[in-house]
Amino acid sequence: MTGAPVLALRGVSKRFGAVQALTDVHLEVHAGEVVALVGDNGAGKSTLVKTIAGVHPIDEGVIEWEGKAVSINRPHDAQQLGVATVYQDLALCDNLDVVANLFLGRELLRGGTLDEVGMEKRAQELLDTLSIRIPSVRIPVAALSGGQRQVVAIARALVGDPKIVILDEPTAALGVEQTAQVLDLVERLRERGLGVILISHNMADVKAVADTVNVLRLGRNNGVFDVKTTSHEEIISAITGATENAVTRRQARIAEAQQ
Amino acid sequence: MSSNPIDTSKGGAQGSAIETPAADTTATDAEAIESHAPVRTVDPRLLVREEGLKGYLGEFKRKMRSGDLGSLPVILGLIIIWGIFQGVTGTFLNPDNLSNITLYIAGPGLMAVGIVFVLLLGEIDLAAGSVAGTAAAISLVLSVQHGVNEWLAAGLAIVTAVVIGAIHGFFFAKIGVPAFVVTLAGLLGWSGLQQWILGTTGTINNPPDGLMVHLDNYFFSDVAAAYGLAVVGVLLYLGGALLDARRRRAAGLLHRPAGEIAARTVVLAVIAFAAAYTLNQDRGLPLALVVFLGIVIVSDWVLRRTSYGRKVFAVGGSVEAARRAGINVVWVRISVFMISAGLAALGGLFIASQSGAADKALGGGNTLMNAIAAAVIGGTSLFGGRGKTWSALLGILVIQSIVQGLNLKGIDTSIQYMITGAVLLAAVVLDSVSRRTQKASGRG
Repeated sequence: MTGAPVLALRGVSKRFGAVQALTDVHLEVHAGEVVALVGDNGAGKSTLVKTIAGVHPIDEGVIEWEGKAVSINRPHDAQQLGVATVYQDLALCDNLDVVANLFLGRELLRGGTLDEVGMEKRAQELLDTLSIRIPSVRIPVAALSGGQRQVVAIARALVGDPKIVILDEPTAALGVEQTAQVLDLVERLRERGLGVILISHNMADVKAVADTVNVLRLGRNNGVFDVKTTSHEEIISAITGATENAVTRRQARIAEAQQ
Repeated sequence: MSSNPIDTSKGGAQGSAIETPAADTTATDAEAIESHAPVRTVDPRLLVREEGLKGYLGEFKRKMRSGDLGSLPVILGLIIIWGIFQGVTGTFLNPDNLSNITLYIAGPGLMAVGIVFVLLLGEIDLAAGSVAGTAAAISLVLSVQHGVNEWLAAGLAIVTAVVIGAIHGFFFAKIGVPAFVVTLAGLLGWSGLQQWILGTTGTINNPPDGLMVHLDNYFFSDVAAAYGLAVVGVLLYLGGALLDARRRRAAGLLHRPAGEIAARTVVLAVIAFAAAYTLNQDRGLPLALVVFLGIVIVSDWVLRRTSYGRKVFAVGGSVEAARRAGINVVWVRISVFMISAGLAALGGLFIASQSGAADKALGGGNTLMNAIAAAVIGGTSLFGGRGKTWSALLGILVIQSIVQGLNLKGIDTSIQYMITGAVLLAAVVLDSVSRRTQKASGRG
């Protein structure tokens, strides 16, 4: 995890009318790192990822991409840089098959017509490298289980060769086995050298796959923790605000200064 | 879907069955397929077909069970209808009767192709009939009363209709008025325009020996025409299927076995040559049928093989997913209404050609309902995202066969309406039931 972060947010603020959604937020994501973004409802997690994804342009602060300041004003800008976002409602077309969904909006063409063979081959290769097992790439997405849909949605984010993948609550509404499948996939993304921003409410998931945990509270940073050396309780108390004391304040500042 | 208890349990079973081989990340393709063998027994729906005839039958049964009926019910229905009418009248399957059917289906059939596009979005176009009438009126008023060249007049009529479609699309996609209401307003408004264009004359006959006369009454009387078309069609299908199979094999993907391609080609050839033989027994190959088939084939190709078609299906499946994938949903919607209106206009010209004149009633009455019914009877879902333009051809064949058969028996229009209504209801029931079965077996 050495070297410059792929993506860094420095002092980012965002206002919606009278509501200060984000205040002076810092976030760093390195290649091959899984950063969990946690916080209570309304802590600003969704707003933060939306500023990265280009849905909401930031008001103040700097977004750095591979060390250079960039401006992300539209979803298109984020995609151009290499940010892929998998939203909570997966946004798959139930009536289309897996291949069609993976390439939706960026179909491979061959002489003006759809290159079904090429797309199916690439889809198969992509799913194989991620060790995603689905019965056939030619069945409608409606026929897949919740976990399989989630991995298809994540695989779809990878078709454009992104450097950062944002996963918004990927394991919410999934069963135990399906959650395990998705977490496996998150680890494989890390092995491929992608930076992953993982939003989750589930501490067990966060502890299982994340490298660092970024806690947001009321639109502000409330600590960055190394997962290996931090206990469940510490993270929870940071989320709920029970850490508002001098010791933790200092730790957070030192951690930030080190980065 | 995940709230459905049956589904989650299945999903879990799949998940665990799949997870075991996943541990071995170095598994090659062949091994990967091997490792799916146990899953096959768990959930036969999801799997790739086995080789050979047995596999084919297996997949067929599976599709039946999961409610993926395709065109089968309508083809069976058509065979039954033809059988019954042949038994009752004795003259139904005569070449002149079948030939007449091909003339009658062209107009409403072309309208139905346009309706299929709109239905794929999960919307409805109630204005198709009025647009057809307006287009016929424009074309004939221009050519007869203003001396405009007939081709130019017909072209202008279709362009006008496309503009009308763009207006529908604008109010639906940009302003957000439900398509039902926009096109209902169109149904009234454009039929008013049609009457206004026709003015006091009311009826304008087709100019003698011109485009409008020939459109639905011209036959390629040379026997070579019908047979030639059949040969070209079969060869194109065979060539396309073989080429596709070769590319898929080269890419290491599952492909259709040669036996299946041969069987499909033989079936197509039998139908094509039987049709060509029948048409040649009468007046030859009708121009109207060539245009109709051409439009069906081209639109089917557009829907299945181009990225535009993929976008139409995507918007029909999930608007939000399409939007997030960067698809211009507004433009797709507007363009679909333009296509629908353009094809309605073309259908209107054929109807005018067939009836000999454009009048105030053209496109009114049950013309619109027949076109919508044809698309639905043929198997295009009313709920969007599922359908083929071939369903327009099959559906209109069913409707026109019923009308023609009852006419041969001299049965009153009142009975015709009731029977057509019952068939439409049956088709929609089938659509709803198959949709429910598909939901239950995980195919939305």
